[in-house]
Amino acid sequence: MFKKLADWFVEDVLHLSVTSKLGGAVHFFIYDTTKILALLLVMVFIISFIRSYVPPEKVKMWLSGKKKGIASVLAALLGVVSPFCSCSTVPLFIGFVEAGIPLGITFTFLISSPIVNEISLVMLFSIFGWKIAVLYVLFGIILAIIAGWVIGKLRMEKYVESYVYEIKLGETPIEEMTIKQRLVYAKNNAVDTVKKIWLFLLIGIGIGAWIHGYVPEDFLVRYAGKDNLFAVPIAVVLGVPLYSNAVGSLPMIEALMLKGIAPGTALSFMMAITALSFPEMVLLRKVIKPKLIGIFVAVVAIGIIAIGYIFNIIL
Amino acid sequence: MTIKVLGTGCKKCKELEQNVREAIAQLGINADVQKVEEIPQIMRYGVMSTPALVIDEKVVSAGKLLSVEEIKALLA
Repeated sequence: MFKKLADWFVEDVLHLSVTSKLGGAVHFFIYDTTKILALLLVMVFIISFIRSYVPPEKVKMWLSGKKKGIASVLAALLGVVSPFCSCSTVPLFIGFVEAGIPLGITFTFLISSPIVNEISLVMLFSIFGWKIAVLYVLFGIILAIIAGWVIGKLRMEKYVESYVYEIKLGETPIEEMTIKQRLVYAKNNAVDTVKKIWLFLLIGIGIGAWIHGYVPEDFLVRYAGKDNLFAVPIAVVLGVPLYSNAVGSLPMIEALMLKGIAPGTALSFMMAITALSFPEMVLLRKVIKPKLIGIFVAVVAIGIIAIGYIFNIIL
Repeated sequence: MTIKVLGTGCKKCKELEQNVREAIAQLGINADVQKVEEIPQIMRYGVMSTPALVIDEKVVSAGKLLSVEEIKALLA
C-alpha cells in the first residue's frame, strides 16, 4: 500500500523514474515516511494500552520477594512493556531499592526498559523486517539479564548514594483506570509520540533518502562492512550522543545498510542509542556514585558490542 | 483545598502544573497549588512515576500528564 502510494507519487505526479537518482530518493522518502508514521500510530496505541496495566508501582510489587532468577527474567520482560520516561529514573530506582529489590535486578529493569521500546520496535520492523526486530528484542532482554547479573555479582551496593537508603517510602494505592481511560491514555500517547518525533523522522529519512540516491553502492562496504572489526565499537560510541534521535538515525542506518553496513553493526548502533544516554547518566548520578555509573556503562557497552559481533556472524 | 504536583522538573511536570492552574481558574475554586520537586518528598507519597497529582494529600494520578478536562473531573 505504502509502496504503491510512493510509486504513484514519483511516477504519476512528478513524472520521474523510480530508478533515477532523484526519483529513487523521493520514492524512499515518501515510502518510509508514510509507512513508519502509520505503524507508529498503531503500535504506540496498542503498547500504551497494554502499558496502562503495568505501572512501575505494580512492577515493584511483582518483583519484590521473588527468587533472584525469576525476578531477573521478570524484570527484563516487564521492562519491555512498562512505561518509564527517563525523568522517572530516579524515583523508580529509589522505589525499587526501598522495596528490597536487589541492585542487579533493578539494573536489569533499567536496561531492558529503554532498549526494547515501541518506537525502536516499529522502526526495526518497518526497516529490517520482523526477523531482525524479534532478534533485537530477544538480545535486548538477554543483555539486560546478563548485565544486571554482572552488576549484582560485583556487589556495588556501597556505590549507591546513602540517602537512598534513608528515604521512607509511602504506600499509596493508585486508582485503577477504566477501559475508557486506558483507551484515551493510549490515544494521547500515540498522538503525542508522533507529534514529538515527526520532525526528527523526516530529517532522518531525508538524509537517508539522499544517501539512498547519491552515495555510491558498496562505498561503505570498505569502511563498515563485516570484515572491519572496528565497525561495531565505533557504531556504539557514535550511538551514545544520539540519544533522543533514535527515530531519525534509523532511516539513515537503513540507507547505509543498503550501501553495505553489516546488520549487526546497525543493530548495536541502535542499541547504543537507546540504552546509553547522557541525560540518563546525569539522572542516575543523583542516586549512584560515579564508579557504579562507569561500571554500568562499561558492562552495557561491552554487551552491545558482543551482540553486534554475534549478529554479524549469524545474519 | 491543597493540590500538589509531584515532579522532578521535567517538561511533563511543568505542563501538568499549568493544566492544574488552568482547571482551577475555569472552575473558579480556591486552591493552593504547590510544586513538589524534592525526591524524598515525592517518594513519601509512594509515587514512582512522575508527574503525579496529589489532592488533599491523596494521590489521584501518577505517571500521566492529565488534561485540563481530566483535572476538572478530579476536582469536582
